Amino acid sequence: MLRFIVRRLLVAAATLVVISLVTFGLFFAVPSSPAKVMCGKSCTAEDIAQVEARLGIDQPLPRQYTDFVRGVFVGRTYGEGDFARRCPAPCLGYSFRNNQPVTEIIAQRLPVTASIVAGGAVLWLLLGVSLGMVSALWRGTVFDRAAIGVTLAGASMQVYFFGLILLYVLVYATGLLPFPSYTPLTENPLRWAAGLLLPWMTLGFLNSALYARLSRAQMLETLSEDFVRTARAKGLSPRQVHLRHALRAAITPIVTIAGLDIGTSLGGTFITESIFGLQGLGKATVEAVQFLNLPLVMATVLLAAVFIVVANIVVDVLYAVIDPRVRLN
Amino acid sequence: MTTSVVPAPRRESAPHLRVEELRVHFTTADGVVRAVDDLSFAVDQGRTLGIVGESGSGKSVTSLAVLGLHDRRRTRISGRIFLGGRELVGLPEEELRRLRGRDIAMIFQDPLSALHPYYTVGRQIAEAYRVHHPRAAKREARQRAVDMLGRVGIPQPGRRFDQYPHEFSGGMRQRAMIAMALVNDPDLLIADEPTTALDVTVQAQILDLLADLQAEFHSAIILISHDLGVVSQVADDVLVMYGGRAVERGSVEQVLRRPQHPYTWGLLSSVPSLHGDADADLVPIAGNPPSLINLPAGCAFHPRCRYADRNGDRCRTQAPELRQVVERGHLVACHLPEAERRRIYRDEISQVGVAR
Repeated sequence: MLRFIVRRLLVAAATLVVISLVTFGLFFAVPSSPAKVMCGKSCTAEDIAQVEARLGIDQPLPRQYTDFVRGVFVGRTYGEGDFARRCPAPCLGYSFRNNQPVTEIIAQRLPVTASIVAGGAVLWLLLGVSLGMVSALWRGTVFDRAAIGVTLAGASMQVYFFGLILLYVLVYATGLLPFPSYTPLTENPLRWAAGLLLPWMTLGFLNSALYARLSRAQMLETLSEDFVRTARAKGLSPRQVHLRHALRAAITPIVTIAGLDIGTSLGGTFITESIFGLQGLGKATVEAVQFLNLPLVMATVLLAAVFIVVANIVVDVLYAVIDPRVRLN
Repeated sequence: MTTSVVPAPRRESAPHLRVEELRVHFTTADGVVRAVDDLSFAVDQGRTLGIVGESGSGKSVTSLAVLGLHDRRRTRISGRIFLGGRELVGLPEEELRRLRGRDIAMIFQDPLSALHPYYTVGRQIAEAYRVHHPRAAKREARQRAVDMLGRVGIPQPGRRFDQYPHEFSGGMRQRAMIAMALVNDPDLLIADEPTTALDVTVQAQILDLLADLQAEFHSAIILISHDLGVVSQVADDVLVMYGGRAVERGSVEQVLRRPQHPYTWGLLSSVPSLHGDADADLVPIAGNPPSLINLPAGCAFHPRCRYADRNGDRCRTQAPELRQVVERGHLVACHLPEAERRRIYRDEISQVGVAR
């Protein structure tokens, strides 16, 4: 098991190096100089050269990359003298537009996105998986049909549509919920939850559609397996057969999808954040792209990749925990 | 074997399992599937009944009906099933559940897919014990499972307890399956093609094991198989099924040595014999098993029967009843006169060197 995890971690590290190289290449090797963009139209060639020196992009590319990697581990300082900007480790770059290291920006924005995703994921997993399981067990009944219909509606709706409906109904029309806002969990858990309830419900309902359909299909397939028949032939109660034997086997593919979904969402939930006016990572990324805030773009892209790679490892490890056959090979 | 549990007192009333006029019909989108129709048989304690027939002849459906494992919403079961004098048809699900695994246990064809891949073999056996012994401590259940693993001939049962099904070989897995079925000392054991998925050499070991265990536990066994060799080796009585109905029934001697139904002849002629003429061709039964939604009128076997024309239209219009032949206990459902059946078997069938 330990060897399995170590091997997975090594592969993940290699993946991240490749991704950082690619993003680095894409954003710093483009023909239009970031310095020109930052400096504006009125800049002279001299000004541009100065900005380039401050950014460190007057250096040859390999040198820039090693500087970047060193910055990640030990931090670095941009510019000299009065213009010196300290960027402590892990330094993913310095945004001169915001005048702060990108890690600081991320540290402000990530908790918002993480909170949205965490609550949403709990909702969509609970709702989706239980709906799918019950549908499968009550296959063909009114409940099953209704659940399938509702999930079809959910699966075909968009966040900006459903979110706005919820916003209108629950906030503007009835005032049941406050307009979404972000309060750090550590500050006031209740206000944290109350402020995020709306995005949670939006994400929870829409994503649960997919999970309900997936778990229904998985459960139906598992229920026809021989080992489920064996479990029934042993005289186990329906609850034991369904939970201990069928669900345990049906849950495996759901774990994969959920892990990847959560990993992807952590990289930013732009639409949800925008609708509910939350300053999350997704919004930060899109704004960075709009304003060609390249250090921030690169950092967020890299971070999103890290989340996906980490999610993959977590899924692999969970797989090994769930399925003993994976542990051996 | 440590018997911390007192076995239920054996009822003296033979036979242990009696099935009368059993009908199992499934409602499907395409129509009603008559999987089993008007089937009657009985098994005594300590005896083995072999049920043979092609795929789709209703063998497995019958055994699942005895266990009450069919989906109640889509299955209509009528007739009577008595287990130790107790009527099972119509019993509430909860009561049937308590019988399952304790009074009736089942061994399935493919032990790899029949065992849960995520749980250790021992845990699955212990689970089967604890369902019916809710007050048993975990340690007691474990001990019981280890004992059973040892009893079915698995070496180092204590170590094997903690292994997963995929770490067992095919034969060992089937032994574990048998251990699981016998952990509650059931009076009736249903083995559905228990050796089909195994190597021939392992098959013999498993059959020997079943025979040993039967002598020890004195349970009734229903052995479902399409393999006449297997049936002739372990069964006392044989029931031949075709299209959901019994076509021939009797002792192993009667059905396999003096068969009187053309379908049974067909089954026997399809089996290669080590003692027969090596050049003689096997004679397969022409055609395919019938659709259970739309059974042929009259005798369901008539489209494939070489002798169906000898009775005028009778085989096509009238379903033959299962009737006793001259020899006691031997029943056959065929319109051919008994004298002619015996003659055909003697002159045409037994010559080909059928399986012994």
